[in-house]
Amino acid sequence: MLQTAQRTAKSKTKKATPPHDRFLEAFRWMLLARTLEEKLVSLYRGGLITGGVYIGKGQEAVSVACGLLLQKGDIFAPLIRDQAGRSAFGEPLIDVTRTYLGSRLGPMRGRDGNIHRGHPRNNELAMISHLGAMVSVTVGALIAKRFKGEKNFVGLACIGEGGMQTGAFHEGMNIAAVEQAPLVVVATNNHYAYSTPNDREFACDDLVDRAIGYGFEGYSLDGTDLSACLDVIGGAVKRARAGRPPQLVVASVLRLSGHGEHDDASYVPEEVKRQPFARDCLKMAEQTIIDLNLADAETLAAWRKDAAAQVDEAIAAAQQEAAPEGNKEDWCALSTRDLVDHVDE
Amino acid sequence: MSITYLEAIREAQAKLLRDDERVFIYGQDVGGTFGGAFKATKGLAKEFPGRVLNTPISEDAIVGAAIGAAMQGMRPIVEMQFADFSSIALNQILNNAGTHYWRTNVPVPITVRLPSGGTKGSGPFHSQSMELIYAHYPGLIVMTPATVEDAYTMLIEAVAIDDPVIYCEHKYLYYHLKADKLPEKGLPTGRARIAREGRDLTIVSYSAMMQESLAAAEELTREGFEVEVVDLRTVKPLDTDTLLASVARTGRLLCIGESFPWGGATAEVIARVTSQGFHLLDAAPQRLNAKDTPIPYHPNLWNAHRPNAQKIATKARALLRE
Repeated sequence: MLQTAQRTAKSKTKKATPPHDRFLEAFRWMLLARTLEEKLVSLYRGGLITGGVYIGKGQEAVSVACGLLLQKGDIFAPLIRDQAGRSAFGEPLIDVTRTYLGSRLGPMRGRDGNIHRGHPRNNELAMISHLGAMVSVTVGALIAKRFKGEKNFVGLACIGEGGMQTGAFHEGMNIAAVEQAPLVVVATNNHYAYSTPNDREFACDDLVDRAIGYGFEGYSLDGTDLSACLDVIGGAVKRARAGRPPQLVVASVLRLSGHGEHDDASYVPEEVKRQPFARDCLKMAEQTIIDLNLADAETLAAWRKDAAAQVDEAIAAAQQEAAPEGNKEDWCALSTRDLVDHVDE
Repeated sequence: MSITYLEAIREAQAKLLRDDERVFIYGQDVGGTFGGAFKATKGLAKEFPGRVLNTPISEDAIVGAAIGAAMQGMRPIVEMQFADFSSIALNQILNNAGTHYWRTNVPVPITVRLPSGGTKGSGPFHSQSMELIYAHYPGLIVMTPATVEDAYTMLIEAVAIDDPVIYCEHKYLYYHLKADKLPEKGLPTGRARIAREGRDLTIVSYSAMMQESLAAAEELTREGFEVEVVDLRTVKPLDTDTLLASVARTGRLLCIGESFPWGGATAEVIARVTSQGFHLLDAAPQRLNAKDTPIPYHPNLWNAHRPNAQKIATKARALLRE
């Protein structure tokens, strides 16, 4: 079943021409994410962002497909390199800049920063740093929807090949299959867990082979190819929604940045950067647009300008907002206020 | 009719499943015709089809799934087969459930039942008391019922609370403790209870050690001492007011816990009473915990490892003489 599935996915990739408007919409979310993250990097270098900056450069095509192909009511559990997907799923840009800049008006109100953000009420789960943990949380959200009698929903959890090596990930995958949850797990192998290359991360031939062991259907994906991403991830979402077993998509890319912006990634050898998986998905998508004449140069320039304007506006707004203050903070970790434990106050 | 501590836990869950369609039970061996390693969910899978679900041996994913379900409006009850195995779920409980409300403003109403504490012959990995760890981290409520009545009402209350609750049920009390009937209502959560009044010494305890403390107090009565026993009921929040009021009456404080001696609820009680009520004390407060080794298998060693009524009485006599 796995082999057939992979073959199908590959042959579809070659033939498929996704609807142009969807491709262009995805491209614009990718462009927005790239523009935003480049700006965040320059703010970080200028000392204007406290903590870290973690970008998704090179992973935007995979990520955008995840966010874009979900529907209202679906559950999305993005991870650290999913700016494009978060935006496409509906996260307002101002949430990102508020979180990075520590505005108390942001969704995390200065209590958590950078990529550790979410809107659980809007079904965008707020990741924790401990990798693999959000897979089972997504499964639980799907179980709840089933209990409540909802129909036609899926969950999509993102992971990297680094996170795939945790115990939490294994437990989450197994319980997803046991529950027959309508789940898609999109694993992006960006070839490095921080500085550790694939050969010290896992020893199997291909990570997608694990799908059958978990009771998932598995698909491989060239994550540098936006068209393939929309097609393969779209297919997985459709199958999960239709009641097929949970779906695992393993995409291959290269992380085109450090782990965070504090990391110059000097450990990545030059020959790795020349591999096909090291191509920049954004440039590739733009080339497709030009080759197929889906948009002219003037339109592309206008999109760039629009993305820059949106980013500038979101940053300027967040920069003007008040930061949280220790002596005004509500230091209360429980919603049940009369059960808060008061120690020597 | 009499009802045991274990039956009270089962009855509470039956009531919760009956009264609230958001409730479901998730854990290893809880479902089917088996009904749990201790039978705390006996018959519930049959009575409430599809709502008492067996899981793989995956403590992390069990709690993770409960968190996800709670965010979507459900009220999951997780049964850890033994409190000891909740160490595998620490990440989900402490870092996910415990931080979620603070980070996102969305509370996570899960109840995690931990069959806790020692019984004869259970050894290092089926005997632990984990309340210290959960109480130490922010964002969790830690219940430690010591009576049949509290086992019942506190579990019902735990599920009603919008925040994550760690419900430590003591395995030694499962069959040893009986009540005539179950109450409609208990004390409010977070309020300690004066289990026995006295004027010479305050013994503060919780869970199974509360029962041992009561037995010790009874023994000391025969020697002319009136010992007050305070049952914490919840380790977190800790009812400092009730503790201070008791020490104000007695002037002496002894804290008893079954957990390992480093830190813990007994140390916290002494720290609070000493810092806020130093002037109330006529003698240095004392505490008694288990030994600082893994919990032994052999009954002879186990009896020596944990506090019991006799050891509590000995410790109390020494404090009363001061």
